[in-house]
Amino acid sequence: MTERTNTSAPSRRSLLALGGAGLAVGAAAGAGAMAVAQGGPGGEPAAQAGAAVPFRGRHQAGIATAVQDRLHFAAFDVKTDDRAELAALLEEWSAAAALLTAGRPVGEGAYGGIPEAPPDDTGEALGLKPSRLTLTFGVGPSLFDERFGLRERRPEALVDLPKFRGDNLDKARSGGDLCVQACADDPQVAVHAIRNLARIGMGTVAVRWSQLGFGKTSSTTPDAQTPRNMMGFKDGTRNIAGTDTAALDEHVWVSEADGPDWMAGGTYLVARRIRMNIETWDRTSLKEQEDIFGRTKGEGAPYGKKRERDEPDLRAMPEVAHVRLAHPDSNGGARMLRRGYSFTDGTDGLGRLDAGLFFLAYQRDVRDAFVPVQRRLAESDVLNEYIQHVGSAVFAIPPGVADQGSWWGRDLFTGKV
Amino acid sequence: MRAVRVTLASVTAVALAAVATGCTEKSKAGAGGDHVVKVTAGDDSCKVSKKEFPAGHVVLDVENTGSKVTEVYVLYPDDRIVTERENIGPGTSQKVNAEVKAGSYQIACKPGMVGEGIRQKVKATGGGKEVARDPKLDAAVAAYRTYAQEQADETLPLAKKFADAVKAGDLEAAKKAYAPSRIGWERTEPVAESFGDIDPKVDLREDGLTGGQDPEKDWTGWHRLERSLWKDEKITGRDKELADLLVKDLEKWQDKVNEAEITPTSMANGAKELLDEVATGKVTGEEERYSHTDLVDFKANVEGAEKSYALLKQVAAKNDPQLTAQLDRRFTALNELLDEYREDEKSYDFESYDKVGKDERKELSDAVNALAEPLSQLAAAVVAK
Repeated sequence: MTERTNTSAPSRRSLLALGGAGLAVGAAAGAGAMAVAQGGPGGEPAAQAGAAVPFRGRHQAGIATAVQDRLHFAAFDVKTDDRAELAALLEEWSAAAALLTAGRPVGEGAYGGIPEAPPDDTGEALGLKPSRLTLTFGVGPSLFDERFGLRERRPEALVDLPKFRGDNLDKARSGGDLCVQACADDPQVAVHAIRNLARIGMGTVAVRWSQLGFGKTSSTTPDAQTPRNMMGFKDGTRNIAGTDTAALDEHVWVSEADGPDWMAGGTYLVARRIRMNIETWDRTSLKEQEDIFGRTKGEGAPYGKKRERDEPDLRAMPEVAHVRLAHPDSNGGARMLRRGYSFTDGTDGLGRLDAGLFFLAYQRDVRDAFVPVQRRLAESDVLNEYIQHVGSAVFAIPPGVADQGSWWGRDLFTGKV
Repeated sequence: MRAVRVTLASVTAVALAAVATGCTEKSKAGAGGDHVVKVTAGDDSCKVSKKEFPAGHVVLDVENTGSKVTEVYVLYPDDRIVTERENIGPGTSQKVNAEVKAGSYQIACKPGMVGEGIRQKVKATGGGKEVARDPKLDAAVAAYRTYAQEQADETLPLAKKFADAVKAGDLEAAKKAYAPSRIGWERTEPVAESFGDIDPKVDLREDGLTGGQDPEKDWTGWHRLERSLWKDEKITGRDKELADLLVKDLEKWQDKVNEAEITPTSMANGAKELLDEVATGKVTGEEERYSHTDLVDFKANVEGAEKSYALLKQVAAKNDPQLTAQLDRRFTALNELLDEYREDEKSYDFESYDKVGKDERKELSDAVNALAEPLSQLAAAVVAK
């Protein structure tokens, strides 16, 4: 475990020159392809210890990793047309991400450098622990236009999401050429990471939108208590566990056979900003709330059953109950690894809480998972009376940075077209 | 951020050596030299380790031993600021660098960052080692000084034209003359602002008035008249007096410009400050909230920054060619973007900013950030030898 201290920072120059050889913490655990946090899959001990999650591995961290408490998610527009400049940034970002996730400042640190120049690192995470920070990188459909000659490399599975019934999407909260998901147990660590990556990228990329999340709504650790969403219901009871390699291989990770080559070991992410009509929900009777979900509010038991984890009997639920419509059995077995967070961005000017769920779901193929499930929900879900989708994005999440010379998306940029 | 420190200024070598050896007590590493003055800032004290030091490069090694956030100044006898450092937290240390000529100075500590501060008289003695001066940088400073004077000289007739239109009660002519009268000031704002008493008289915005000030009586300068012309849409007797006052205050600026302390570092940081002005005031439309002539100020700020950069570029390019290549590209990109908002590239007739939409403002903001971030590395590239 490392604390963020300035003096431990290798200079950016030496870092780049050595190809990231200074990243001993991340590299040491490089074999930990599962990227489950040190301190056990339970989440709690690791959170308390503020441990570091290995940056390198077969898959990117921040997906199967036990869900951290806090989120800062950012989508970026690429501002350059120069493919080499973009690739150089991704290499620089990867080096910075390896430092940040190890609990170190970027570049030459936050103080002690040339007095006439601003420090490389912004400094607000000095003295804080790594806090299980993970940084997960993705590329959006718009990156595959004519600008970078990547059109032929666009995965078939990276579809533009169709318009779903009830969507009220804000362009300024949707899309993006690139994304970085920062998750950590300390919000300041997550914000620091996005802020510094945005600063490093300034001019090459610009932040298009970003979202803070303050409470996890799904966990990938079924032994731990299931977190509740802003509607007060347990969320993610049946989520894919970060240790369930069979389910991950079947539903989350892109296989070599799936293609394209540069995506093998990667996954696809759908992000949706789902605003909740908090005030009207709060005025809804308990019976109606439970009917809407098809589970009890206290225990979270499926209708007709006693315990939260009892196998749901879908026929016992109303036909339009959320859990019934979203259940794999109603969707040809489709499953996603959900990793969403509750958000509150203050109030909306009408005194209403601007709050809801920032839905994040990882899946092997969007066409078999999010698209059919959401189509069904958008048409029939009684929950729609209380929610509205206001932001949307889809990203291809490349495989992990496996070796020291590598970087986020390298195989996309350097592989044969 | 992106500056590649191929070579290092002597002052930073000490600090970086400390990093390399894992030494955390960096403040002690350089305490030996006679150009280092240790300043111990308490809640009611301001101790200096020596009252005389050789002229040239001096390093204040400031330690805040008090319980309040403090700031430390080096001042000329007439209270002009040689250099300053704000926000030095309790229990922390910082190094403040300055170039001083032989003469008398004061070092002031301001616990709580208010008031006149606790002061110590100090002296920089002649005969000390002269700072090795780069004749190219001296030439850059001299050229910039000329530029700053030219801007003031060219502004005065334009300001008089504006004042005359106001005094004639000609609303349309006054509106037309308003933005052009500000260009020279905006190009050299960091220098103009260094005369602390002039800036608040000529360029204050209504939100900049302090508690006891009455907007009707105490608010003067361009923006007061801007409000009359565009919001009230009438010219009062008071406005006519204010027009004369504006010209008088600008004449003081014209007289004083040649006294401004200008160094290569202040030129480089001034360029960055001009972009900061754009990023905080113009991109948001706050600066010209009634006239919406923000893009004229925007362009003038960029021109002023580009002038400083052009003068420093030869030296900076030698120390950090990657940085100057990047700055060239980003100045070009920003200027091209700005050109989209005017028909004629020779005119300052820009699109009214209230017609510039949210997406376009975002694009302008991104381009400003893209330039300002590497521009913040220019000072380091200039001092590196």
